[in-house]
Amino acid sequence: MSDVFAALADSTRRTLLDRLFVKNGQNLSDLHDGMTMSRQAVAKHLHILETANLVSVHWQGREKLHYLNPVPLGDIVHRWVGKFEDARIAALTDFKQQMEDASNSSSNSKPQEKRRAGQ
Amino acid sequence: MPDNDIATIETRASSGEPCAPDFVYTIFIKATAEQVWNGLIDRDLTKAYWGHYNESEWQPGSRWDHVRSDGSGKIDTRGRIIEMDPPRKMVWSWAFDADAELPGKLSRVTYELTALGPDTKLTVIHSELEPGSPMDKGIREGWPAVLSNLKSLLETGAVLSEEQWPGRSSA
Repeated sequence: MSDVFAALADSTRRTLLDRLFVKNGQNLSDLHDGMTMSRQAVAKHLHILETANLVSVHWQGREKLHYLNPVPLGDIVHRWVGKFEDARIAALTDFKQQMEDASNSSSNSKPQEKRRAGQ
Repeated sequence: MPDNDIATIETRASSGEPCAPDFVYTIFIKATAEQVWNGLIDRDLTKAYWGHYNESEWQPGSRWDHVRSDGSGKIDTRGRIIEMDPPRKMVWSWAFDADAELPGKLSRVTYELTALGPDTKLTVIHSELEPGSPMDKGIREGWPAVLSNLKSLLETGAVLSEEQWPGRSSA
C-alpha cells in the first residue's frame, strides 16, 4: 500500500492517471504528447505507477498500452473512509436501476456527455 | 448443437460498430490460481461476493447467466463462453439479458490468471463496449468493487465489511 501513496505523491503521475481516466489504453507516445518533460521521464513515471498497480499494462501486438487500474484505490478507501460499504451498495443499486431503465427504453439520452459534464 | 457452436458467437467488434477503449483491471490475490479460478465460476462463491451468482456449464459455446442472488431468479447479464483454458484464461461475451442476442450489444470479457509464487495475478479485460452506454459506464464502478470483494473472500474467508479493515496488515 505504501507504493500507492508514493506513486500518488507526484503531480506528474497524478496527471498521467487523469489522462488515462479521460482516455484509457494509451501508449507512451500518446502520454508523452503535451508533457513538458522527456519521453524517458514519462516512461519512468509510468513504471512507478505500474509497480504500484495503479496502471495495468496490456500488450497489443508490439504496442504497450496503459490502463487506469483503480483497484488499489478501493483498498485505501475501504481502510480509512467509513460508510464506504453503504456508498458502494448505493452505487450498485443506482447501477442496477440505470441498467433496468436502459433496457426498458432504448432511446436514451447521451450518458457519456452527461458524465463528462458532471466531472 | 448449433446453439453451442462458438463459431457463431459474434460480438460488437465483429458487427463493425465502434468500440470504447478496453478496461484492464489487475489485482493480486494471496491464493492459488485454482482457488481464484474457482472463485470466479463457482455458483456459491460468486453468490457470496458478487450479489449475483454465475451459472453455466462452463464449456466453450455454453451460455452463462449472471443471476441476482436475492431469490428473484432475475438474470441481469448473460452471454456465452468463447474460450476456456482453466485455470489460466477464459473469454466470454457479456450483455444485458434483453440485448444478449444482438451482436452489436455484446461486449467481451477476458480473465487471465498468472501464478506468482503463493499469489495469483488476476487480470480482467473488458472490451468491445458500446461507447457511452450504461454498460460502458457501469463497469467502471462494477469491476473494481467485485475484484476487491473476491480478494477479501479468498484471503480472509469473508466479504468486505468495515470492521475488518483496522486489523488488516498494510502489506
